[in-house]
Amino acid sequence: MRKVDVSSVLGASAENPEGLESCIDVSGLNLYYAKDKRALNGIDLKIPKQRVTAFIGPSGCGKSSLLRCLNRMNDLVDDCVIDGLIEIDGEDIYSKHVDVADLRRRVGMVFQKPNPFPKSIYENVAYGLRIQGINSKRVLDEVVEKSLRAAALWDEVKDRLHDSALGMSGGQQQRLVIARTIAVEPEVLLLDEPASALDPISTLKIEELIHELKRDYTIVIVTHNMQQAARVSDFTAFMYMGDMVEFDATDNIFTNPAKKQTEDYITGRYG
Amino acid sequence: MNSNIESHGHHISKQFNLELEEIKNNMLEMGGVIERQIADAMKSLLDGDTGLAAQVLTVEDRIDSMEVSIDEECSLILARRHPAASDLRLVLAIIKTVRDLERVGDESAKIARMAIKLSEEGEISQGLVEFRHLADSVTRMVSGSLDAFARYDADAALEVVRDDVAVDKIYASVMRSLITYMMEDPRSISRVLNMLWALRALERIGDHAKNVAEHVIYLVKGMDVRHEKLADVEEQLED
Repeated sequence: MRKVDVSSVLGASAENPEGLESCIDVSGLNLYYAKDKRALNGIDLKIPKQRVTAFIGPSGCGKSSLLRCLNRMNDLVDDCVIDGLIEIDGEDIYSKHVDVADLRRRVGMVFQKPNPFPKSIYENVAYGLRIQGINSKRVLDEVVEKSLRAAALWDEVKDRLHDSALGMSGGQQQRLVIARTIAVEPEVLLLDEPASALDPISTLKIEELIHELKRDYTIVIVTHNMQQAARVSDFTAFMYMGDMVEFDATDNIFTNPAKKQTEDYITGRYG
Repeated sequence: MNSNIESHGHHISKQFNLELEEIKNNMLEMGGVIERQIADAMKSLLDGDTGLAAQVLTVEDRIDSMEVSIDEECSLILARRHPAASDLRLVLAIIKTVRDLERVGDESAKIARMAIKLSEEGEISQGLVEFRHLADSVTRMVSGSLDAFARYDADAALEVVRDDVAVDKIYASVMRSLITYMMEDPRSISRVLNMLWALRALERIGDHAKNVAEHVIYLVKGMDVRHEKLADVEEQLED
């Protein structure tokens, strides 16, 4: 007979996010798109290192806004005001001393729609290194192969590295963009609906890739597809109208969430 | 988050509400058939009514097909709806409960078969009082666990888990006394053994009722309390 621990409750085997080393610490984060339009309300969140964390919630709940704060993409939005603290590995990323270009190298981002440059497959991946001034063919060859292998794309494209990236399928383009992002060795990968424009097979490839990549990177993914969040993430944050409603191990969120709002959302009820 | 009787009727998809309602109703209907089976099986043994016992045996097939059909409905919901949280727990609890109910049906059939054998062997006296006593207890447990399911009542389910301790004790004690009886009067062995099988079936029905009660606790509280000590379960439910 299977012996069950006394404290056995559903999902008890799931990791507790509090007990893990965090990579990104968000505290008291408010975000305003206009004076009276607050999009994030005092968000507190510790994103664990080398795990996959998913943000879920209805449209307009602030999940993409929060994701964009993590590499200061909101700096590009006019009238966007942020207060609160975001630290990555203990460093305040909104400090005056932070070089934003370097931050975005460390915190790479992949968007919903694949956005390869109108260049060859090889040059897309090598791009980040070239702008850092690295032009050695040996180094670039090595990084391009390593990145394409990590993005599970090498075998499909190794014979046509110098063809245009625009001739690839959507799923391949998205994996190329991920290869381009990891070529510059980031610490964190932010994925904003990375598979929502892809067919089911390409989606599964991206999900498999996420699973492989978490060994080396901290991954944060925004997704509308709840089954996807359930499949790929270790931790899930449910957001609603700018609030962080619940953050817990994905196993707990999808079998026995603590909050009614979370339950209503993931089970498709009207709250 | 705890679930309650209202939990499964508020989906944006009305069709999903209906599907969940239907598997729950079908399971409770199967529970009703099972309750009648137990009552008939017990009565057939106590009254020596072989006609009633034969009737219990014919209903068994109907129970088996109910199990298969509810399982199929549940697997379709899993495949199509990808239920989560309390919806997932409802579907899982129903799949498990249906299995336990089918086993209760099997045990009732065993009692009916013993009723036929015993009546062929003439008058029975040994173990009859205990049979009546155990039968009352496990009947209450089965009804209690099904009511707890219908009402999403974890406290009522816990009562059923508690009752099983008493049933196990009565069974152990009657087994000891019947073994002693057989040692004293070896001619009675065949008859007393048949009675022991029937008592054993009652004890197993109690175990299945306890399982159903544990599925109810899982459904309502999201806690898996199988294989745990009663005191620990009580403590967890109080938290």
